[in-house]
Amino acid sequence: MATADWNPLGEVYYKKCELYSMEWSETVDISKFEVSAAPYGGPIALLKDESKTARVQVSTKPIVTVFTAAGKQLGQMRWNSGNIHKMGWSHTEDLLFVQDDGVVLVYDMFLNFKKTFGMGQEAKDVKVIDCKIFSSYQGTGIAVLTSTCRVFIINSVDDPRIRRLAEVPGLSSAPSSWAVINLDRQSRALIAKGSELCLIDHGGQYQVQTPDLSTDVTEFLAMSLSFNNRCLAMFTDKGVIWIGSSDLQKKYCEFNTKSPTPPQQLSWCGAGAVVGLWGNMMLVVGPDKDWINFNFDCPVHLVEEEDGLRIIGKYQHEFLHKVPEVTEKIFKIGSMEPGAMLFEASKEFYKGSQKADEYIRIIKDKLEVAVSQCIEAAGHEIDPAKQKPLLRAAAFGKCFLTDYSPEAYVNMCQMLRVLNQVRHHVIGIPLTYSQLQHLSMPILIDRLVLRKLFYHAVKICQYLKIPDAEGASRILAHWACYKVQQKSENDETIARAINQKLGDTPGISYSEIANHALEEGRPDLATRLLDFEPQAGQQVPLLMKMHKDSIALSKAIESGDTDLVYTVLLHLKESMNQGEFFMAIRNMPVAYALFIQYCRQQNRTLMEDLFYQEDNFQEEGTCKVINSFGKERMEDRVEELKLAQSCFTKAKNEFARVQTEDQIKLLKYQQRLEEEMNRPFLNLSLHETIYRLTIGNNHKVAEQLRKEFKVPDRRFWWLKIQALGESGDWVELEKFSKGKKAPVGMEAFVEVCSKHGNMKEALKYLAKVSPEQKVKCLVKVGERKKAAETAFDNRSEEELNYVLSKCGPNDKQLVDSIRSMKQQLGKR
Amino acid sequence: MGSTGHLSNGKLNLNLLRDYYRRELLECLDKCLGSKALVWDDALTGPFGLIAEYSLLKEHEVEKMFPLSDKGLPPSNVQNIIFVTRPKLHLMEQISQNLLQEEHKGGFRKEYHIIFVPRKSLLCEKKLKESGVYGTLHNIEEFNLSLIPFDSDLMSMEMEGAFKECYLENDYTSMFYVAQSLMTLQFLYGIIPNIQGKGDCAKNVVDMMLRMRRELGGREPQITPQIDNLLILDRNVDLLTPLLSQLTYDGLIDEIFGINNTSVKLPPEKFVSSSQAPEEAPTEKKKIILNSSDELYGELRDKNFNAVGSLVSKKAKTITAEFDERHAAKTVSEMKHFVSKLPHLQQMRQSLSVHTSIAELIKEHTDSEEFLDSLRCQQEFINGVDTDKVNTYVEDCIGKMEPLDKVLRLICIQSYCNNGLKTKVLDYYKREIIQTYGYEHLVTLMNLEKAGLLRPSGQRNYPTIRKSLRLIVDEVNEQNPNDISYVYSGYAPLSIRLAQYHARPGWRSITEVLNLLPGPTIEEIQQIPVALRKRRSSITSSHSSVMDQKVTLVVFLGGVTFAEIAALRFLAQQDDALGEFVVFATKVITGQSLMNSLTGVDT
Repeated sequence: MATADWNPLGEVYYKKCELYSMEWSETVDISKFEVSAAPYGGPIALLKDESKTARVQVSTKPIVTVFTAAGKQLGQMRWNSGNIHKMGWSHTEDLLFVQDDGVVLVYDMFLNFKKTFGMGQEAKDVKVIDCKIFSSYQGTGIAVLTSTCRVFIINSVDDPRIRRLAEVPGLSSAPSSWAVINLDRQSRALIAKGSELCLIDHGGQYQVQTPDLSTDVTEFLAMSLSFNNRCLAMFTDKGVIWIGSSDLQKKYCEFNTKSPTPPQQLSWCGAGAVVGLWGNMMLVVGPDKDWINFNFDCPVHLVEEEDGLRIIGKYQHEFLHKVPEVTEKIFKIGSMEPGAMLFEASKEFYKGSQKADEYIRIIKDKLEVAVSQCIEAAGHEIDPAKQKPLLRAAAFGKCFLTDYSPEAYVNMCQMLRVLNQVRHHVIGIPLTYSQLQHLSMPILIDRLVLRKLFYHAVKICQYLKIPDAEGASRILAHWACYKVQQKSENDETIARAINQKLGDTPGISYSEIANHALEEGRPDLATRLLDFEPQAGQQVPLLMKMHKDSIALSKAIESGDTDLVYTVLLHLKESMNQGEFFMAIRNMPVAYALFIQYCRQQNRTLMEDLFYQEDNFQEEGTCKVINSFGKERMEDRVEELKLAQSCFTKAKNEFARVQTEDQIKLLKYQQRLEEEMNRPFLNLSLHETIYRLTIGNNHKVAEQLRKEFKVPDRRFWWLKIQALGESGDWVELEKFSKGKKAPVGMEAFVEVCSKHGNMKEALKYLAKVSPEQKVKCLVKVGERKKAAETAFDNRSEEELNYVLSKCGPNDKQLVDSIRSMKQQLGKR
Repeated sequence: MGSTGHLSNGKLNLNLLRDYYRRELLECLDKCLGSKALVWDDALTGPFGLIAEYSLLKEHEVEKMFPLSDKGLPPSNVQNIIFVTRPKLHLMEQISQNLLQEEHKGGFRKEYHIIFVPRKSLLCEKKLKESGVYGTLHNIEEFNLSLIPFDSDLMSMEMEGAFKECYLENDYTSMFYVAQSLMTLQFLYGIIPNIQGKGDCAKNVVDMMLRMRRELGGREPQITPQIDNLLILDRNVDLLTPLLSQLTYDGLIDEIFGINNTSVKLPPEKFVSSSQAPEEAPTEKKKIILNSSDELYGELRDKNFNAVGSLVSKKAKTITAEFDERHAAKTVSEMKHFVSKLPHLQQMRQSLSVHTSIAELIKEHTDSEEFLDSLRCQQEFINGVDTDKVNTYVEDCIGKMEPLDKVLRLICIQSYCNNGLKTKVLDYYKREIIQTYGYEHLVTLMNLEKAGLLRPSGQRNYPTIRKSLRLIVDEVNEQNPNDISYVYSGYAPLSIRLAQYHARPGWRSITEVLNLLPGPTIEEIQQIPVALRKRRSSITSSHSSVMDQKVTLVVFLGGVTFAEIAALRFLAQQDDALGEFVVFATKVITGQSLMNSLTGVDT
């Protein structure tokens, strides 16, 4: 009978089922320990409390042991710090110890120390008398109550920032009970002072409240907030349990337990019932004063979950929870809900009974609802044997639906497969379906990774087809990080093992693993691992961090990424002196060239230094040449050029040396000319200087420069002809033409005259033009007709064509006559 | 920029690349909320214009655009000021100045951002920190725009300094950008299975690219490769071609007027329509966009200029004939047919008039004595005539102080074709240049020597290369070419010959020549998962030849000329087609721009 273990509590039912039979039953008696277990099926920490057992006062330090929810030991250690006041878990399943001096120590679940921080000077000075570890909107928070009755609070153990809450007026001794309420993104403390309750916050505000109570009360001995912080339960000195909303505005009920002593634990089962534990007796009270009583064979410890309550005992680990509505609908005796009918139908079907058909007919219209109900109910079942018939029923019902999306069904099957797997006692995470919904799959995978269950995590990722980059690769990276902690194995073996497993899996960051190895104090391993990192952008910064600068530089160079090379170069430049730096980069041509490039734009002196250092006289000389152009004063200019000259001498560049010498000479000439003629000459080339002089009729000086600098005749002739043409000094031009035989031919004279539009002058030289140039020159001066005739006389068709090509649209007559000339030539 | 249809006309749809950049850009812009003003690094406006039009920016709350200058920002009441800049130090100085001035001014609270194109650099950030403005900046973003789609088969990175940085300064940063761009292309078009290349930079790029792929660790999109071959050529494998005068239509436009980001600015006089009164003649240069969306330009651009005239007149006749059809049109349906053609005809007529004007402008230039003489001189050199002594024509050019770049090009051609110059000849030229054009060109000459453009006599490789690659072709048909040599009227660009042999019969057949050219020869294969391999169409399928058309991405490190691109297009159009070619260049260059990048004292 499915409802046999259902206990009615008012309108609803509660059900207790076994999660595990504990592996520790032979060795552990939890009554002798202080117990703390993390929610969401988290691990259990036991603190051997000597005061509970020792008949003689012993001063040995307590022993801490951590177990999985199935009672398998994960780690054990002897405490070696101060007095533990409180032990608890963070939302990332780190074990927190709060000492009476306010120091908080954080360990992972394998009891490896992670970090420590304090709760402030005052807590340290005056000691902590009580402490709460609570879940805040930022993660896990800690609140301590000092002996001065002040409350200090942090909202996140990951980022501990201490805040002091307002003081409760008139509170001189420890409150009878207190709690931290976390609502509206704010953490406040509710302090019981006599019959009053005081709500204090970190804004310095306090609020005195009196709950609506029908019986007398002098003190509240215990209080407990529901998992979602919305409901509050309090136990008064008169044995009454008050249940209401956490803002004290609403009272659900008062329940008189008639017990003079407060319960050992006052807890919530989900948000629907309050549970009190007195020895081996557990009382469950509903909001409407209904109650159930449970008795145990041995002492137990209660752990609140969002949808129920875990009960941890010596032999058993049980789960008390409200029977979900949907389960109730299906299994409640006499239920006519579609889901119930479908379940029956499926049962009959597998029995081979035709009744199946009848049931299906009844719910024909609501079949979809029925299927969803069965799927949902399957999710809430913890025992696979109970999940199966429900899923089978859903699958059966699905067959009758034509366009039902199978997504929900498939998802549920997958989720249950995963849940059953993690609930298995080997893993020992007794997570319910609704808890998983809240926790989310990635976090569950993280938790498996935390437990070093890499294999299972990878398998789940593969089963759920989570992309490698978010799933398997990430897990492998964690595995590798764990691997590098294993100090027993040597670097080489680990590096190889990691590479073997990870290979080139996309999304793996070897540099992250290397970073981890570095933090573990294994730089050699880190270096080996970094060798596998394909992304230079990741590799190089880490190498620099490890002070492996030269490897970093060569890796940066390999990548070809200039920016990366500069990152290393500039770092090197700052971290060593100049000489060392130059030495470091001299054998790396790429780095060297890039550094020069940087200097070229930023620091030219440094560049020259480098060239000098490297005996690169040619480049050094070039620098000086360039510098000379930037100098204003003549002396500086010449000075630079002289330096350049000596560089070129050293570089055995005779040509450059001579040119530089000439340049110095020219500059001095130009300076003198400027002074004498009061005209600008500086910065002109030699050719331009002579040209200007010729235009300015200073033929003597021009001649002098020509001789001094050995200007070749041919160029000088061109220069002079053009300069004279430009200045229109036709007389001088004619004189020049009659002098020494022109190396450029008379056509140059014709050309320059026609260029400057003086056809009359041009004609003068025409007669002297060599016969083969004649036609061209005639065309130039515009005598196309004559040109054609000359060409004809020369019997040159080529020349005729040339003239023809120069004829415009207005030369129609000429064109015709040239054509006939060509014909005549062709005939002959 | 209006339509971008022309980008998708090739076998490789380059609109994909453009869209990719647009998405990235908008993502960048949308990171700052509220109204924005963009402050532009001038060099970026051209490329950006090809990626995102102003209206698109406007949709993303860009309200103002300013050029980046020392003068500071004009007043505006936008919430965000975004500097869009290349990672250059001198630009950082300007930005810092602007920011300091703004701070000084105070007033309306603004947020300041920088978008680095294509990448931020440590040095720039350092510079900003040093000037104390780094903290003022709200956001520093990167916009990886490095490869700008110009046309359906042409992409350029517009990095003019690449050649100089690589060969003179050993700074291979630009090659890193090339490798990154190749990764972007592979991200969009699939992994390219076959890689071949020649030259040191090519090796560098391939190594980096393979490394970047390893870094990705298998996280690459699963796309069937759309590009079959990757051919990477260093400019210094063929230093001769860019020095010669290009003789194709667009090559000449680029040489004479300069094409920038697919547009050219021309003297306005030729574009005055007859109806306009002469005094209204515009003084501003006329800007014309040149890409294959202009049908006529698409046909003309790769022609030898000597064939342009006849083609234009033929076109003119066809159009006139088509316009005349309206007289013949009698029935309503004929009329309708004519009207439907009308917009296209009008567009054609418009473009015809534009290109007639351009052709006239070019003709003025190509008919000039200087051009013809220089061409003659070049032809002599590449044919190996009298290359061993000082050339009179070059001397005359120097004597007449013709533009330095022209002179240098000629001397470099002579040096190349003579396998280097005798010391006496070389020194004579150098001395002449320094005396004529100034001492600062001592540095220019050193640069040219360092880059290998000028060199003392060495191994006599040129005759062998010329012969075995058939660089000189005597019988050229400029009108209906049958060989790529038409682009230089008788000279086949070495680089494109390499591409031709690469496609068929393969580089194995020219191993000896390859060994004569500088730098290593590279061959790599990137494995493609079986599932992504191109399925070979069965032999029986009739259109298999069309399906099997291979796409080759040809990368020119250090720039490419339009004439070379024309030659590649010519190869693709032949009957025994070698497949499609898509060009990826660090920059479209001319001999002039190449010379200018190496010239002088840059302080």
